[in-house]
Amino acid sequence: MSNEPKKIDAKGYWSATVRLTVSLLIIWFVVSYGAGILFRDVLDNFSIGGAPLGFWFAQQGAIYVFVALIFYYCHAMSKIERKYGVKG
Amino acid sequence: MDWTIFFVVASFGTYIGIALWARAGSTNDFYVAGHDVHPAINGAATAADWMSAASFLSMAGLIASLGYGGSVYLMGWTGGYVLLALLLAPFLREFGKFTVPDFVGDRYYSTAARLIAVICALFVSFTYIAGQMSGVGIAFSRFLGVDFNTGIIVGMGIVFVYAVLGGMKGVTYTQVAQYCVLIFAYTVPAIFISLMITGNPVPQLGFISNVRGEDVSMLANLNQVVTDLGFIEYTSTNKTWLDVFAITGALMFGTAGLPHVIIRFFTVGSASAARVSAGWALVFIACLYTVAPAVGAFARYNIIDTVNETTYITGDDYAAAAEGITGEGGTPVPEWFKNWERTGLVGFNDVNGDGLMQIRGPNAPDGLANEVTVNNDISVLASPEIAQLPEWVIGLMVAGGLAAALSTAAGLLMVISSAISHDLCRRTFFKGMSDKTELRIARVAAAGAVMAAGLMGMNTAKLAFVAQVVAFAFGLAAASLFPIIFLGIFWKRMNKEGAIASMVVGLVTTFSYIYYFKFVDTDPSHWFMGVSPEGIGFLVMFLSAIVGIVVALCTAPPPKEIQDLVEDIRVPGTRTAHGKMDEEMHPMDEHASPAE
Repeated sequence: MSNEPKKIDAKGYWSATVRLTVSLLIIWFVVSYGAGILFRDVLDNFSIGGAPLGFWFAQQGAIYVFVALIFYYCHAMSKIERKYGVKG
Repeated sequence: MDWTIFFVVASFGTYIGIALWARAGSTNDFYVAGHDVHPAINGAATAADWMSAASFLSMAGLIASLGYGGSVYLMGWTGGYVLLALLLAPFLREFGKFTVPDFVGDRYYSTAARLIAVICALFVSFTYIAGQMSGVGIAFSRFLGVDFNTGIIVGMGIVFVYAVLGGMKGVTYTQVAQYCVLIFAYTVPAIFISLMITGNPVPQLGFISNVRGEDVSMLANLNQVVTDLGFIEYTSTNKTWLDVFAITGALMFGTAGLPHVIIRFFTVGSASAARVSAGWALVFIACLYTVAPAVGAFARYNIIDTVNETTYITGDDYAAAAEGITGEGGTPVPEWFKNWERTGLVGFNDVNGDGLMQIRGPNAPDGLANEVTVNNDISVLASPEIAQLPEWVIGLMVAGGLAAALSTAAGLLMVISSAISHDLCRRTFFKGMSDKTELRIARVAAAGAVMAAGLMGMNTAKLAFVAQVVAFAFGLAAASLFPIIFLGIFWKRMNKEGAIASMVVGLVTTFSYIYYFKFVDTDPSHWFMGVSPEGIGFLVMFLSAIVGIVVALCTAPPPKEIQDLVEDIRVPGTRTAHGKMDEEMHPMDEHASPAE
């Protein structure tokens, strides 16, 4: 990186990171333990293709969301790093 | 047979070729592949490292027999990567050392903590590796007609070459090749079977499609078929929701706490590369894990559809007997069943003596007894034959199964050897050791671990509890390693006393619970709150975290330099040495070098 070094705001960086982490973990919890286990019976009233929705989340959907979560996290973290002058 | 030999020899040759190319020259190479592996490459290596013989051979079959209950493996063994990416991997990478006990020992400034972590790491890894080696033996003995023990020795020889010579560097690049072999071997039959049953070539879509040419979905049809025979619906389970919840949790947090998975993230160049790498790892894992439930459901349907109520054939001349049965208007037992009967993985016991093969569940409406036994591994192993695919596909499957077992075994060997040479020798007992000596010891330790693993594999064929003890590995990783690593990063106030208390509580409680309910009192009605031994690690994880926090609050806070260390780990690019011990091990020297 060639642009002028920004001063690192470690405190701001860390609290932004923690905020992001907590919100992504809420989604992580909702799609797996929530949709796949706790609220499965409710979701099973709906279906995706030929599969009951809760069952589908437990065997397919949760995994897709997990992948999306990690890549979104990477993207959001590099934005946070730029904002607080952290070199990733 | 010929194709199988071709694929096995070709793949083994590739692995050895890679090993010779990627030799390790320093401990940095040997433990962490020089810290400069590309994130996507590390992702593929992590996927192979993680997906064992159990994922490749047994998981789809487990799902086939458990139906919805099998979801615990799917969510549990993938969701852990979210935890790794968000909570552990980038920070441990920023910490910049070689092993998990390294982190525990340095962060908690304590040799005792390091030693407990070494015990956990060794226990978890040996538990796991015995199963992999016996998987190799089984693959050899069933498909190549080689003696079980000879098969293990061949497997040991291969792992020996690339793990001992190449260390983590050799292991990393062979794992990438092994990933390619195993995913190709898994997907090809799945595509054909999906086409056969649903008409859709994508297994993930076939899973939610209608049965080919009919107006009913594959899953609804399967539910109908299994309930008619007296099984519970495929899309339901007889486990309590709390147990499903706890097992999923234990597998997720256990995955995140497994040393052989964690150390893979030490091989990339930076904290942000570790994050991306976790994403790639999960993409590569998801390629198999989203196909597995489809393979499971198809297999359940196929086995019932092709075997139930067919006429059994006793003689050797299958073709003639089958023709006779068809001539009389009956359906003969499928040929694949006869082929696999020899291995003992499927069996038939004609309880009612009518010569027909009845598959029945515990609540069969017609009151008939079940006469057909099917081993879980059949769902994957026999899938090429059930789908009537050419013979080379079977050879490919064998190479795939071996790739899955060998790649995981190699990853575990690295944990074992580094725990011994680095944590026990250099960091605990012989502190002044040079890098060169340590590398030599690491090689010797890896060689010793290969032998030990092989011997354990040879004996596990007799000890039927391999599958049982896997519960230990995940339970212990979740209950004893995950909490202290997590708290070590996210809570600066966590101290030595808290960490030791937490690990000991996690270790002792989980171990006792699993041991008691697996080997002493096997009655499920005595389980605590209905939680099975597989799931207990999840509950104990909270217990050990709480114990750790309470003890930490009652004792002195960690020294200033440790608190500074934690601050550095949290923010990428700010890591400097803290204290004499940390400085000696030059944490981030390579950060200044070409890594950019």
